[in-house]
Amino acid sequence: MEKKVFERPTITKLTPGMPSKHGSGAAIAPIRYIEGLKIDDLLEKYGSPLYIFSESVIRKNIEDLKRSFTVRYPKVQIAWSYKTNYLDAICRIFHQEGSWAEVVSGFEYDKARRNGIPGEHIIFNGPGKTEAELLKAAKEGAYIHIDHFDELFLLAKVCQANNVTARVAIRVNMDVGIYPKWDRFGFNYENGEAWDAINRIMANPQFKFMGLHTHIGTYIMTAEAYRIAASKLSELAAAVAQKFNHYIAYIDMGGGFASRNTLRGAYLSGEDTTPSFDEYADAITSAIINSQIKPDKLPAIILETGRALIDDAGSIAGTVIATKRLTDGRRALIVDVGVNLLFTSFWYDHKINPTQAHSGLVEETVIYGPLCMNIDVIRPSLMFPPLKVGEHFVISRTGAYNNTQWLQFITTRPNVILIDTNRQTHVIRNAETIDSIVSNEQIPDHLK
Amino acid sequence: MKLNQSIAISENGFIFNPATGDSFTLNNTGMQVVSLLKSGKTIDDIKETLTAEYDVDTMILERYLQDFISDLKRNNLLLEE
Repeated sequence: MEKKVFERPTITKLTPGMPSKHGSGAAIAPIRYIEGLKIDDLLEKYGSPLYIFSESVIRKNIEDLKRSFTVRYPKVQIAWSYKTNYLDAICRIFHQEGSWAEVVSGFEYDKARRNGIPGEHIIFNGPGKTEAELLKAAKEGAYIHIDHFDELFLLAKVCQANNVTARVAIRVNMDVGIYPKWDRFGFNYENGEAWDAINRIMANPQFKFMGLHTHIGTYIMTAEAYRIAASKLSELAAAVAQKFNHYIAYIDMGGGFASRNTLRGAYLSGEDTTPSFDEYADAITSAIINSQIKPDKLPAIILETGRALIDDAGSIAGTVIATKRLTDGRRALIVDVGVNLLFTSFWYDHKINPTQAHSGLVEETVIYGPLCMNIDVIRPSLMFPPLKVGEHFVISRTGAYNNTQWLQFITTRPNVILIDTNRQTHVIRNAETIDSIVSNEQIPDHLK
Repeated sequence: MKLNQSIAISENGFIFNPATGDSFTLNNTGMQVVSLLKSGKTIDDIKETLTAEYDVDTMILERYLQDFISDLKRNNLLLEE
């Protein structure tokens, strides 16, 4: 007779009338497959932990975002936010779907060029552009989004010295009724700084004033903030048209659309509170259409949506290394995914599921990573089934920022795989080795 | 090591300790271990029963059994002899 699967024995104290913050503790269903492939098999083949991306989900997200906007507005362009995830394979999926590149450094600019994106399809944001980067971007016809007056003067100098013209836009910050108010990037709308910058740009024949950009913040959970932002940018565009008889080519609404992850400390799940693409689209397009801009002169809308397009296309699968009982009675799991690999665990209560079924009982559990650091906590508290050493789990919605803000800290970073639309797997970034880590180091002679 | 004989155990995994008023819930394996303890089996007997029934390595079983026993003690359900 075949033997039964062993679940470690658990006992949970019942506290009637005093539910914990988790309520009664619902059973956690296993997630066994991603795109029809068994997670346990992927871990066996590619090692644990493992980043897993789904190409189908990425393509579907792009399509959903496009549809939400194009049914409401004639001209819409998505620009892939490189900083959200600049693994080349991921960027190329976005580019195949027609996305331009939105970059914030010379490094990202060069990455986009290597991915075959021409300068005229690159949006160059960021507060730290160098003279050499500005010259290259100007020559290649990229859209340079000027962040501050020093950059404006530097770019003017670069254009004059090299006799080139630059396609420029300005980044505008403003009060859109949300907290925190982002005012460190760009020129302020309310105090007239943005209008001042526009006038200086229009006065310089080596600048082609192409558009207006804003990035009101990140993980914005109300579409109304975008309505206010789009409306203020439209007012600026209308003022430019009136004064200079110049019509800008685009309004760039930046990024910031929330994904369906749950922010740490949020009472309700992100799945219930995150606005849909349609809600964001409705707010933005109606603000621009209802503005003073003439209907035949409507600018294109550029979207730099990063997180909401990639977050749910990525997962991290891993393995339980050890189980512990803490002094306060809570269960602790030590797993092989640390905050070095899951930077977003500082922001989110990530959804974690076992890859195998368990009896319905769950117990309050802390999930720690493998790093010898007190901050290495993946989930400070959740109701979780009694996983044993060697059992697997999968953390969902990890596609945004974790492959750019990850840290090579204490240990090396694992394989990243992509499941393509035919369910074939491809390693898109090899696991690091000690050699790949030390290859940039040099040892002075006296230490050899 | 003996199970506190005053505690009430239901067939579907609930335990009530009348001395403290505490109630507990057990998963299937937890229930099995408690039932075996109640019927007077020793830890070694329990190990033997579980190894025969489940696909589990002896070392792993020992490790989680030890964990579970300490949970029972912590909750005043086991009496040291």
